[in-house]
Amino acid sequence: MKSNTPPTNPNISFSADFRVVAPKLFDARCTACWFVVAVLCLVVASFWSLDLQWAQFLSWSALQKMGKFIAELFPPNVEPAFLKKLFIASLETLAMSALGTILAVILGLALALPASKSHAEDPARWRSATRLILNALRSIPELVWAAMLLITVGLGPFAGILALALHTTGVLGRLFAEAIENAPAGPSFALRTRGVGVGRVFIYATLPQILPQLLSYTLYRWENNIRAAAILGVVGAGGLGQMLSYHLSLFQMQETSSVLMAMLVLVALVDALSYASRKWLES
Amino acid sequence: MPLDQPALRDPAWLGRVFWWLAAAVIMWPLLVLTEFKPALLFEPGALKPTWHFLADFFPPKLDAEFLTMLVRETWRTVAIATAGLTLAMLLAIPLCLLSVRVLSISALNGRMALLPSVARQAIRSVLILLRSVPELVWALLFVRIVGLGPTSGVLAIALAYSGMLGKVYADILESDEPHATQSLLRNGTGRLQAFFYALLPQTAAELTSYTVYRWECAIRSSAVLGFVGAGGLGQQMDSSMKMFNGSEVCSMLIVFMLLVWLADKISAWLRQGLA
Repeated sequence: MKSNTPPTNPNISFSADFRVVAPKLFDARCTACWFVVAVLCLVVASFWSLDLQWAQFLSWSALQKMGKFIAELFPPNVEPAFLKKLFIASLETLAMSALGTILAVILGLALALPASKSHAEDPARWRSATRLILNALRSIPELVWAAMLLITVGLGPFAGILALALHTTGVLGRLFAEAIENAPAGPSFALRTRGVGVGRVFIYATLPQILPQLLSYTLYRWENNIRAAAILGVVGAGGLGQMLSYHLSLFQMQETSSVLMAMLVLVALVDALSYASRKWLES
Repeated sequence: MPLDQPALRDPAWLGRVFWWLAAAVIMWPLLVLTEFKPALLFEPGALKPTWHFLADFFPPKLDAEFLTMLVRETWRTVAIATAGLTLAMLLAIPLCLLSVRVLSISALNGRMALLPSVARQAIRSVLILLRSVPELVWALLFVRIVGLGPTSGVLAIALAYSGMLGKVYADILESDEPHATQSLLRNGTGRLQAFFYALLPQTAAELTSYTVYRWECAIRSSAVLGFVGAGGLGQQMDSSMKMFNGSEVCSMLIVFMLLVWLADKISAWLRQGLA
């Protein structure tokens, strides 16, 4: 860099005696460089520290094993008796997701009320405490909840429902609290100034305004929960996942592939329905 | 209900009663099917082990040896997520470029030719298939093939996330203003040149931001993948839970929440910088 060029680059600052000062290490352009360097370091460190068995994975015998594994998946088991079991498990998955979501809506709304500051004079004493609870519920995944609940309620779909409900309560509670805080203040102010109690202000002024938003959050979470419910069974919490891990552990590959297909169909159906309903809501 | 006083009669009561009944009729089979028995929670047989387990939560286990193990497993969780996402990108970028319609030369003059359009649709369905199998199921299958350990976790994340990344990358590239790309293609540049000089500069921030968001999701899911034996924090948590060791589970949960919180903060900060 020549010191007699005029200062055209704003990233290079000139001190009073016109000596060139090197560009700052953390200005906008260098932030991108640092970002790339950090990402590369992270990637290299990750691959280096995990002793990944590529040699074993890509060896001839492993490939043969994989070929055999995939060949065993065909043909899928389509006996009527098995299909009936599969259908019931799919229904169980759907029911788990629906009940889990409904419970989460009730619990989430109950927790969203103390977690929100609905107007400027609202003391909202419990706001930070409830938010902490909601965050804790939210940051533990459904599967971990399910694994813990198995200790209490044993194997079966009930543990799955509770697991879905707890995690979704955290998610919905936070979204609901934000919806309550962002609701237009006019109607509730009008009721409050006339001395109407807190509960009735919520039911008659705030709730009707935010109801469409709550409904769309709930449907979105339900969609997520169907997908989650399909795999929760892997730890023993009922539904399709439990069938999958059961047949896979007994090396009944044809049944396994039928379960996998049922899962794919379920997910595809949910995707199609949510796409269609979103189109319908937009139009 | 004061039926004799028309002014006080609730005009909507019929609808209300109907919907409550309908909800009950729909809910009942669901409750039966899923063996929904809340009383189960309060049975002495269930309460006692739960109480033991929860009482064991305090104090969380904090001795040096255990903490070292915890730090190592936490790093492994992050490493599985990062390595998996890197492989997913290596798979997703070529598939995405092959499936993007904006980079079609035949589509410049009206309709796309038959072969390119069929090929693009086929690649797109591969991406959708990769995406719709949950990563936990991929992990279960890979644990069968390559055995327990982080390799199956990395592969599971790589496959599931390559579908997500490829599909969303393609969506981002296609939702962008195609004018610059089309002018380059019309003037005879190759498709890769058009991508690097027109499409990529316009969408780089959005692509990076989505990738960072997915990295955050990958960390969360790699912690869970351990439950089927794919290494990391989840595997340790699973074994501690099976031994009803509440204090270990408690420290792991705290570490896990910190990890998720940290990934969330880093990703939000990076995405804010990109916006």
